[in-house]
Amino acid sequence: MTSDRPGAAPSPIPDRPPSRPIPLRVADYWTQVFAVADAEIRKLRHDPWELATRAIQPVLWLVLFGNVMARVRGLASGGIPYLDFLAPGILAQSVLFVAIFYGISAIWERDLGVLHRYMVSPAPRSALVVGKALSSSVRGLSQAIVIYVCAAVIGVKLSLDPAHFVVVVLLIVLGSGLFSTFSLIIACIVKTRERFMGIGQVLTMPIFFASNAIYPIDLMPQWLKVVSRLNPLSYEVDGLRAMMLQGGASTLGLGRDFAALTLASAIVTVIATRMYPRMTE
Amino acid sequence: MSNTVETLALSRCFGDITAVDGVSLAVRPGEIFGLIGPNGAGKSTLIKMLTTLLPPSSGTARVAGYDVVRQPAQVRRCIGYVPQLLSADGELTGYENLLLSARLYLIPRGERKQRIGAALAMMGLSEVRDRLVRGYSGGMIRRLEIAQSTLHRPQVIFMDEPTVGLDPSGRHAVWNHVAELRRETGAALVVTTHLMDEAETLCDRIAVLHAGRIAAEGTPAELKAAVGPGATLDDAFERLTGGTIGHEGGYSDVRQTRRGTIAHS
Ligand SMILES: Nc1ncnc2c1ncn2[C@@H]1O[C@H](COP(=O)(O)OP(=O)(O)OP(=O)(O)O)[C@@H](O)[C@H]1O
Ligand SMILES: [Mg+2]
Repeated sequence: MTSDRPGAAPSPIPDRPPSRPIPLRVADYWTQVFAVADAEIRKLRHDPWELATRAIQPVLWLVLFGNVMARVRGLASGGIPYLDFLAPGILAQSVLFVAIFYGISAIWERDLGVLHRYMVSPAPRSALVVGKALSSSVRGLSQAIVIYVCAAVIGVKLSLDPAHFVVVVLLIVLGSGLFSTFSLIIACIVKTRERFMGIGQVLTMPIFFASNAIYPIDLMPQWLKVVSRLNPLSYEVDGLRAMMLQGGASTLGLGRDFAALTLASAIVTVIATRMYPRMTE
Repeated sequence: MSNTVETLALSRCFGDITAVDGVSLAVRPGEIFGLIGPNGAGKSTLIKMLTTLLPPSSGTARVAGYDVVRQPAQVRRCIGYVPQLLSADGELTGYENLLLSARLYLIPRGERKQRIGAALAMMGLSEVRDRLVRGYSGGMIRRLEIAQSTLHRPQVIFMDEPTVGLDPSGRHAVWNHVAELRRETGAALVVTTHLMDEAETLCDRIAVLHAGRIAAEGTPAELKAAVGPGATLDDAFERLTGGTIGHEGGYSDVRQTRRGTIAHS
């Protein structure tokens, strides 16, 4: 009976004619991006404790680390108090640390099978990547609220100009998206949670310390200056420093900050779009 | 009418292992097609290739007339998939899980609510729609996933061990819903299982997969008749694969239940 299978006589049939390409409509694309981001936001609403616990770390940095380091003379540049200098750096740090967890959650979703559901859907792979990146921004923005409040309490002179707020939000959205997508790429490479835990530490620390987040670039040895110039986090910090503080100024130029962050985001998005679908294999 | 699923010498290797080895099969529109085989037979690997999750090493496959390698986006619009793992998101409610799918599948905004409501009702989940899936039983999660896989009215739904890890009552509930699903939607169903009674109850035709190859194919009656008069499907299976399925199935059940528990508790 194996020789005479009923119904199983597949002959090479031509592709279904005409095989029309699916038109990519911008509105549809955003519906799919929003679907992914909204699902993440709903999860946060169901479990707001996660956000609350994430907020502890930046507060400790500002209050403990900041207050001690403020006593080291010559650390702050541009004549502003060290705590003022530090606050935007800590915001950028939180954005980075929160975003870096995205890789783990991607691996977790793969292990659960949630990822398979995303991948069998007709959504363009890039829409899935961008949706995840946007949801990371929501976490980043919630950190920003905590840090603004904490900074105000410890006497940092924050800029309250609405236009500055808008730019800060944009910077956080870009930075969160960039680092979460970067983390997604790492997850695609290492594939297991255990390995990610190890590598995650190894990657975040250099990104953080080889930036201008907690000390000015001027203090660095020459080789580190070069590294920090190539480090996207420096541009994030620089932009935030200009926009968060009263009379804040950008050292690198706000336009250059945005250009660097946008370029880096575009690169990681293209790479992740190629790698993410292979996670289900 | 052309076949809904058609594969030709489809193969997939993982290093030295050939998980699926030259499989050619056809699934007709509207039928329930069973893929049975012991653990490691290659069932999930085959399903993953047909659902565009895994590229084949060689051979071709067409689903709803589209090539899975060259036209994955078109294939995805025509299929539903219930993975082997319990994959509904435990941190979302049942309704939110379906909403996510409705949006990803671009179901028009005006129709979403109604279609989600209908899918929940068909699977008997209307009452628990606003509860977090974390608190669902295994059977409820399965039914939610089946609801999710049908929202966009696919031509074919792939279910990878839909009743694994469920107790008998949960299993029977899923069978009833699957039968109703077929009546209501007319979609073809490809179901993998290692349970003989499941295959016999649900399937119009069965392919027995063993070590990546199709060992036999036919209606349940044909498979039994090939062994001899009075033979059960278990006998047929044992003859074809040279092993008792009950033993291996038991292990898989335990493993799957445990994964399910970790994932959703
Ligand atoms: N990603 C992978 N990498 C390496 N080997 C794999 C991978 N996926 C499957 N295999 C191997 O391919 C073979 C077939 O696996 P598959 O999961 O398709 O079997 P199955 O019939 O679904 O079994 P089960 O009843 O346990 O679900 C097995 O030997 C398995 O170890
Ligand atoms: Mg399997």
